[in-house]
Amino acid sequence: MQNSDTSRKLTRRKTEEFIIINLLRLSGLISIITTVGIISILGVNSIPFFSEVGFKEFFTGLKWTPLFIPQNFGILPLVNGTFLVAFIAASTALVFGLGSAFYLSEYASRKFRKIVKPFLEILAGIPTVVYGYFALTFVTPIIQFFFPETIIFNALSAGIVMGIMIIPMVSTLSEDAMNAVPNSLREAAYAVGAKRYQVALRVVFPSAISGIVASFILAISRAIGETMIVSLAAGGKPALTINPLDAIQTMTAYIVTVSQGETQQGSVEYNSIFAVGLLLFFLTFLMNIIGRLIVTKYAQQYD
Amino acid sequence: MKDKFFNLIFLLAVMVGLISLMVLFIDIISDGYKYLTWDFFTNYASRKAEKSGILAPLAGTLWLISMTAILTIPIGISTALYLEEFATDNWFTKLIKLNVSNLAGVPSIIYGLLGLAFFSYTLSLGKSLLAGALTMTLLVLPIVIIASQEAIRTIQPSLKDAAYALGATKWEVSKNVILPHSIGGIMSGIILAMSRAVGETAPILIISSLVFITTVPSGPMDRFTILPLQIYTWAAFPQDEFRAIASTGIIVLLCILISMNSIAIFIRLKNQD
Repeated sequence: MQNSDTSRKLTRRKTEEFIIINLLRLSGLISIITTVGIISILGVNSIPFFSEVGFKEFFTGLKWTPLFIPQNFGILPLVNGTFLVAFIAASTALVFGLGSAFYLSEYASRKFRKIVKPFLEILAGIPTVVYGYFALTFVTPIIQFFFPETIIFNALSAGIVMGIMIIPMVSTLSEDAMNAVPNSLREAAYAVGAKRYQVALRVVFPSAISGIVASFILAISRAIGETMIVSLAAGGKPALTINPLDAIQTMTAYIVTVSQGETQQGSVEYNSIFAVGLLLFFLTFLMNIIGRLIVTKYAQQYD
Repeated sequence: MKDKFFNLIFLLAVMVGLISLMVLFIDIISDGYKYLTWDFFTNYASRKAEKSGILAPLAGTLWLISMTAILTIPIGISTALYLEEFATDNWFTKLIKLNVSNLAGVPSIIYGLLGLAFFSYTLSLGKSLLAGALTMTLLVLPIVIIASQEAIRTIQPSLKDAAYALGATKWEVSKNVILPHSIGGIMSGIILAMSRAVGETAPILIISSLVFITTVPSGPMDRFTILPLQIYTWAAFPQDEFRAIASTGIIVLLCILISMNSIAIFIRLKNQD
């Protein structure tokens, strides 16, 4: 009697365990479905676009004017604008982020680091629309003061502000790379009479270089996908230019422009945002993978 | 001498970040404080800047975040629990882990495209709160999963081992040992993920397009706008008055974010004791 009761309890526990583990597995599956969903949604909606426009025009055309007649679908001006802003942003972030990492890793006291780091992290937590406002109403007027010809929408303002936003990311990743450099290397340099800046620049920097490169790549990837700052401050004019004072349009800003209007579902303009999205997805995906591969590789370097 | 020079240069780099933060706050407060009245909270958007308020976007943000939280929390914690406690170290587990960290790096606007094509059109949810919340859920899920995993990982193995030694099953250990001990870390991670959702603009902009909404949503199928989207709309106007109320909106948005972050930090500190 008692025995069967226990065994019934045991079976119930086993069933419960079985149901739970499958429920949990199912929620894990949601993340996989999301990725599959993203790729297939972008792919499926791009097919009609590419069959109408063709890969050749998309990848080699020099004009992007989908919302005007005659329509042109050459993505290069958008890619150009995207990378121009991303390069300005990543360079800004690299200069100040790397400098911060040197200070926090090699110079600062533990107390200073503990107080300052949370404040730096706040920069990464501010919504991008706020940075867009800041670029448009604060940084652009400063640029116009120095270069009076500059129009209100320009790549430089958006790029600099985006760079400030990703300082914490570059700083944290570079600092991690510097912290991974074993102290014995520093001590060896100090033992032969090296000064602190020599240790920082000639020992720590070369040893951490792969991590720093990775942080630059991840910063570019982050900047490529950023939307609100460029939509507000960089303009809406696709252009093949390397002049940072020009108005440009990025891939993300184009997607925003189309979805702001009432575009008919199934029209070539509607489908074009998925083709642009697909390219955007692959670019950021590729850079994230490369960046992360470098990070994992250098992490093992000194084990 | 040269050492002092480099010390100064590097310190300057740190200062650039901190000073930018300060300038940003000062700029926004000085631009926007004068419209920060009670009416600003109780008025709807208007063609006139001085009569505009944030009632509709504030309500929309509250709705959106509550719905996102309801959807995200169970799925996020379950996934983290599965990865940390239940999953064996096989290719499927590795695939999920790799996939979660990749999803965290996907630009938010891509989630907007997914939401537009799948939730709005394929599932015919249109420009509703539900379409927005489902999209936002997919966006913040990787953050919640990663934060919960970290919280679960900090539990001392001896606690779990003791329960296993008494014959507890994995689910009993999870329910009675792991979750109670990691709930503080998980909660603070969830609040941080939600504060990310509060500030996200791009995916909602893609789904709901630019809208002029003067109603408070009353259910998940209603159309809506959110605070950052309203700020974007105002900031894009060329008139100075509208830019000023955009910055008033930013003050409110930042206050919400600062409160959420303070709560997260408070929970974390309390849990350390």
